[in-house]
Amino acid sequence: MFTQGPSLTVRLVVLVLISILLMTLDHRQQHLSAVRSSLSIVVSPIQFLVDLPGNLGSWVTENLSTRRTLLEDNARLRSQHLLLEAQIQKTAALERENRRLRELLGSSFKVSDRVLIAELYKVDLDPYKHLVRVNKGSGDEVYIDQPVLDSAGVMGQIIEVNPIYSTARLITDSSQVIPVQVNRNGLRTIAVGTGSLNQLSLPYLPNHADIRKGDLLITSGLGGIYPFGYPVAVVMDVVADPGSPFAHITAAPTAHLDRSREVLLVWSGYNLEQDEIDTPGPEARP
Amino acid sequence: MYGRQQGGLAILISMILALALTVIPMSDVLRLIKPEWCALVVIYWCMAVPGRFSVGSGWFVGLLLDVLQGSLLGQHALAMALVAYITVNLHQRLRVFPVWQQGLTVLMLLSLYQLLLLWFDGIIGLQPKAWTYWLPPISGMLLWPWTYLLLRKLRRYYNVT
Repeated sequence: MFTQGPSLTVRLVVLVLISILLMTLDHRQQHLSAVRSSLSIVVSPIQFLVDLPGNLGSWVTENLSTRRTLLEDNARLRSQHLLLEAQIQKTAALERENRRLRELLGSSFKVSDRVLIAELYKVDLDPYKHLVRVNKGSGDEVYIDQPVLDSAGVMGQIIEVNPIYSTARLITDSSQVIPVQVNRNGLRTIAVGTGSLNQLSLPYLPNHADIRKGDLLITSGLGGIYPFGYPVAVVMDVVADPGSPFAHITAAPTAHLDRSREVLLVWSGYNLEQDEIDTPGPEARP
Repeated sequence: MYGRQQGGLAILISMILALALTVIPMSDVLRLIKPEWCALVVIYWCMAVPGRFSVGSGWFVGLLLDVLQGSLLGQHALAMALVAYITVNLHQRLRVFPVWQQGLTVLMLLSLYQLLLLWFDGIIGLQPKAWTYWLPPISGMLLWPWTYLLLRKLRRYYNVT
């Protein structure tokens, strides 16, 4: 690139200093999102290129699937739809009743959240960090720390937003913690990622805590990032070790962390009172 | 990279392919032994045309890799710049080495690269604790002869000097 100019060593030293400065700024503050965004424009064609064969594959499968499969699918989805519809009717009534009761109690409580469906890019990021990339960015009002769900539970939170895509860290990443509570009795604790895709650990519960194998853990809403009440994991194993102050508890995430293609981005704290108080049924507003 | 001399396109294409190969989705086993394609290609160009491709270009490729992989901005860039620096300093010796001896040097360079990345991950508290972390330099060494032959063919075809 530079044929003349400063010597190689001087260039190396300057670049190393710039890198250290960049890393410090990037780690300590979020000041570099502009730099990242502009570089992401260079990089996103590569991402698109890598994603293309997978997209093409699913397009071909969709278009070449037989009439019979389609009919079967259709029948299955129809019955599932009916079932869910019936459940939603009940939910709507319950939600209404719940809200009325809470109003009586004088507490403000938001039952429904605004969601947006996003697709995952088929790109492989660092194998030792559990990151995924979704195809919605700041253009769709995605924000840092936003919760990401799939149909079965909580997947993670957004850590980086670019104009056309954003990056999310899964709850199983070893740097990730999520405040949860046991659905059966409301026992609150924190679930910590283990770095393995099918395991979370609950390191802060005493040996005598009321928790059993098979308990469902849901988000507790504490911490202000994840909204209350979404399923997170199912307790797999509880080992009470008399020699240590805390029990060894592991749980398996309910979300399909390695299989989902579509994810949901959630805006929690959506102001329900403003425009939803009289519409029947909680429909998703994409 | 387009420039006064010809063949900038070859460098650009090889770099884009390396970046794409880095993020291409693979099975769980393959992704653990996936070599650092970008580092391999940077090493080759630094060895073959150090007048055109050296520390600065390597650093920029590292920066793109940081954005692509969502790592700390500057992490891969620093490691790549250092690898490029060592390669440029060794390039005359590397060129006359037989391929297996080049492979050993590449192993050393890739291990250094991996070590630096590990170090920065450790500083921000995200250190991976698996021995498999050290597999990519070895697979990189094993793939070096093919990378070398392929890129040499590309370089001769496009007459990169």
